[in-house]
Amino acid sequence: MSEKANKTKKYDTVGYYPGCALEGSGNGYDVSTRAVAKELGLRLKDVQNWNCCGAMEVKNVDPKLQTYLSARVLSNAVHLDRMNVVMAPCNGCYHNLKKAEYDLKHDAQSREVVGELSRKAGHKAYEAGQAETIHALDWIKEAIGEEGLRERTKGKLAGLKVANYYGCMYVRPRHIFPEKDQGPGSESTSKPHFMDDLLAAAGAENVEFPLKTACCGGAHTLSDSDTSTRLVLNILQAAEAAGADVIATECPTCHTGLEMHQVRAEKRFGKKTSVKIMYFTQLLGLALGIGPRRLGIHTNISESMDLVIDKCLT
Amino acid sequence: MPIHEKSLIRPENLRTHEKLTIDGVDVSGHWSTFIESRVITDYNEALEAEIAALPGGENIHRCWQCGSCTNSCTVNAIEPRFNPRYWIYLIRMGLESELLRDKDIIWQCVSCHKCTYACPRDVVPEGVMKATAHWLEMKGHTATSPSMHFDREFTEQVVARGRIEDVEVLRGFFKRTRQPLMQDWLVEIAWRIAKRLPVKWGLKSAFSLLRKPRTRGWAKARRAIEDYIHAQEEEHEKALHIGKPQSRPRAANENAPVSRPSAAE
Ligand code: SF4
Ligand code: SF4
Repeated sequence: MSEKANKTKKYDTVGYYPGCALEGSGNGYDVSTRAVAKELGLRLKDVQNWNCCGAMEVKNVDPKLQTYLSARVLSNAVHLDRMNVVMAPCNGCYHNLKKAEYDLKHDAQSREVVGELSRKAGHKAYEAGQAETIHALDWIKEAIGEEGLRERTKGKLAGLKVANYYGCMYVRPRHIFPEKDQGPGSESTSKPHFMDDLLAAAGAENVEFPLKTACCGGAHTLSDSDTSTRLVLNILQAAEAAGADVIATECPTCHTGLEMHQVRAEKRFGKKTSVKIMYFTQLLGLALGIGPRRLGIHTNISESMDLVIDKCLT
Repeated sequence: MPIHEKSLIRPENLRTHEKLTIDGVDVSGHWSTFIESRVITDYNEALEAEIAALPGGENIHRCWQCGSCTNSCTVNAIEPRFNPRYWIYLIRMGLESELLRDKDIIWQCVSCHKCTYACPRDVVPEGVMKATAHWLEMKGHTATSPSMHFDREFTEQVVARGRIEDVEVLRGFFKRTRQPLMQDWLVEIAWRIAKRLPVKWGLKSAFSLLRKPRTRGWAKARRAIEDYIHAQEEEHEKALHIGKPQSRPRAANENAPVSRPSAAE
């Protein structure tokens, strides 16, 4: 009990690492995350002068360079902001910070490269164990919890059918997420459920969706568009077949990929789907009574504003 | 077909005869298809070591050919020729010419990590795919793949400024691969966005042309990273016995030669 209380307290104020996507195409995720934090009385302290974590691209040029980039973000959080928890809503950022943590703990060569680059760049090297990286799902789940959400939302999302889509980077590969698959209460890498839990607490009906952790082809969204379109179309069609009104996302790359290739599937393959795509923070925000524009819902390409009006979620 | 036979039985090695009698036995037609015997002599004994010398390929020697990677693979499900287990087998056997048959699709790995999740031997097949794609490019067997163009464009912008801006990466990528920006589906997306927030979007894109997002005090990190990348490249070229550099990812040109300390920052 006391451990739980401590943890909740620890997540009341967290270091916030939005990353490049949330400042650009994933802006709706950023504004909705901030709006939800404000509404719930949680404090987000932006990591000072952050840099790109390396996303899905830098590792293909050099994996250890990616480790350095992610380690610099953690170093800033620890040494400039004095934070020991860093919350990253983007799956890519979250994954990379976790991977850096893992590599710095287990691989001497990674420590060497990060140490050397940090020294030359003129900042303290991040060392494994100095900070804990969490996802936006962990943050709300721990800081507010389902009980807390139930009280605050009063089942506002009742009647909304949701397919929860987690994608790849939140769960794979398993070894960089040592806290997952630890039995009851912990997140599962094969059948993740934190987003399901939070949205159910807000009254939504989660449909049986088999492609929760399927790949949307985000890494090649522009460089191998046909593959991405086919992968996305699978996800969209499976969600529709499951009866979902909306796919809830927790990653800007997945979200944008689903939206873009929904359009592309129609234009290029003549395959139309009409399921909407919204960030889980946008859905939680609506459940908390925040206006849709303040949650950036009008900026979603999948015209999800129509659904908000249809379902009287304002 | 067992995986080790895949490279032995090729359509061009199969022989059927409309009418043929051997020692009085009629062997005409499909029932008597022959496999022309083939002896492999063009092994590249260095192949496994070369892949292992590139980032991601380090654990290739651990593979015990269980097939879990291919079984779980996202791309394999839509393109059966995409077969990580088979390529790992070919590389370990030194069957370079067989590997080269599939050279144009190896870069298509989407890094979903399903293989790494499934692999019981910690081979990290996803890394092996990337190492193999690099190897193919460095050896001149393939041109730079679209995804490598994208990765370099992205990395160069990160190295130059510490941060990226999506519209900028998109523009750079389309320029590099000589594709038109005005593609029907991108136009549709831009239109949908513009329809609802003409003012904000217009301002934002105009703004991004003037001032790109950047990390403050990045110049020192940038130089350190450039030195590091160049050192790594030299090491990889040496491991692959390549004389002259084939590829040099550099930081995006910000009006100043990149490898020189820039006074602008
Ligand atoms: S899953 Fe691992 S051990 Fe099995 S074939 Fe693939 S790489 Fe080899
Ligand atoms: S990471 Fe690449 S090779 Fe591995 S399962 Fe995914 S697409 Fe296939």
